[in-house]
Amino acid sequence: MLELKHISFDVEDGGQGREIIRDISLTIPDGRLVVVTGPNGGGKSTLARLIMGIERPTSGAIVLNGEDITNLSITERARRGIGFAFQQPVRFKGLTVLDLLRLAAGRELNPAEACEYLAAVGLCARDYINREVNASLSGGELKRVEIATVLARGTALSLFDEPEAGIDLWSFQNLIEVFEGMRKNIRDSAIMIISHQERILNIADEIVMLADGHVEKQGPKDEILPGLIGTAAAVAACRKAI
Amino acid sequence: MKKLDSIQKRLLEEIADLHTIPEGAYNIRSNSESAGRRSTANIEIIPKTDVAGLDIRIKAGTRRESVHIPVVMTQSGLKELVYNDFYIGEGADVVIIAGCGIDNCGSADSEHDGIHRFYVGKNARVKYIEKHYGSGDGAGKRILNPGTEVYQEEGSTVEMEMAQIKGVDDTERTTTAELAAGAKLVVRERLMTHGNQRAISTYVVNLNGADSSADVVSRSVARDNSYQRFDAKIIGNAPCNGHTECDSIIMDNGRILAVPGLEANDVDAALLHEAAIGKIAGEQLTKLMTLGLTEQEAEEQIISGFLK
Repeated sequence: MLELKHISFDVEDGGQGREIIRDISLTIPDGRLVVVTGPNGGGKSTLARLIMGIERPTSGAIVLNGEDITNLSITERARRGIGFAFQQPVRFKGLTVLDLLRLAAGRELNPAEACEYLAAVGLCARDYINREVNASLSGGELKRVEIATVLARGTALSLFDEPEAGIDLWSFQNLIEVFEGMRKNIRDSAIMIISHQERILNIADEIVMLADGHVEKQGPKDEILPGLIGTAAAVAACRKAI
Repeated sequence: MKKLDSIQKRLLEEIADLHTIPEGAYNIRSNSESAGRRSTANIEIIPKTDVAGLDIRIKAGTRRESVHIPVVMTQSGLKELVYNDFYIGEGADVVIIAGCGIDNCGSADSEHDGIHRFYVGKNARVKYIEKHYGSGDGAGKRILNPGTEVYQEEGSTVEMEMAQIKGVDDTERTTTAELAAGAKLVVRERLMTHGNQRAISTYVVNLNGADSSADVVSRSVARDNSYQRFDAKIIGNAPCNGHTECDSIIMDNGRILAVPGLEANDVDAALLHEAAIGKIAGEQLTKLMTLGLTEQEAEEQIISGFLK
């Protein structure tokens, strides 16, 4: 379970402080898939980066399974079970898909095990396992490899920052299936997805609507989603994904 | 074969992955003497009489055979200049594994200057692998100055893999190549310098025949206070394809000078160069840290992948 307690985050902007996140308190219980939505610039990605430790809050506390992790490094948070799929995955010259999956799993993986993770994100393992994670991969391929690294980690809290961005429509269907599969096997872990996509919102247990750096609405999907349909916070796949 | 001590064995393992006597033809040079040599029916290794070194003659049509010619030096203060000439017969297809390891625990500089000349016959294929390695904590430097000259006849292919990852204090590497029609040269160089090391690598490739091609790619990492210069020139004298690339990671107070050079003397010469130098991207470190690696572990993974 992850608890955010009165989290605020300011940045320097032209010599003046600007609030990106304003006093957010939020709980993500185990066994739940939570989708964070809201307009662009509302602070969604920043919130995920604060949880991972890539950014540090100006004030407030982050608590994972009862432990205050506010001052822990990215590495320490990762080792305590937080996983993160970047919106724009980074490329590595020389590291292969298999190398990255092994690092993610934290152990030697045999090709058959690595293939399972790749198959789950709709990549034919034979074609990809020895490919370098470099500019030869398309944006969509890279994105799926990124998601596979989070699957390989098997973390207690998995964060996905706009997983649909840069993925074509056909792959988008696969992506939904990946998250449905994760939802089925969620047990005592939790998933937080940042997305505008109606179909991703539709598989959520809970929806958090973020705007102007604070929580505007929060609750079970059935309560929140009807009010969002047709707004920028819940876009049909055909409008956003192309 | 003469007995090698444990340091010599370790050096052999580093530069040639050799644990025992290699299969096929070989010559092991240890502290300026031959520690063992074998010719085969198709590959003859003959010591030169006028200067130090070997003539290696590979018969036309020799297929899938290998030659090992590693050099190890463990005696401080040793300096040597060695000439090895390879004559590769028409249509042969062979692997040549060279390399030099120096362990210097003494105070005098140890230096191995190896001049390798390759005369590659028509349609022959050569894969050449060369690793350099230095160890030992003496104040004496470990110096390696390899000179490589490649003469390729029509339709021949030469693939060179050259690596120097650790421990060599000073290197000046010069590689020249002359390619006839349809010949192809592929070079992959990997280099890491640390401490106060200095490494200079110079290539001059002449594409003389129609449809000849060269692809010279260097990946390097300069750490601590080390200095590297990569100077690659491709000259297109006929309709040909040439590509040179220098891709470097710079760390600490390292310095790198990349000097890509292209010269086209034929209107159908297609030549391209790329050079990039930069530090490890912050997002790369962050990504690996989100997988549970420390910053230092992440750095090691990125470098070892880059130099793989």
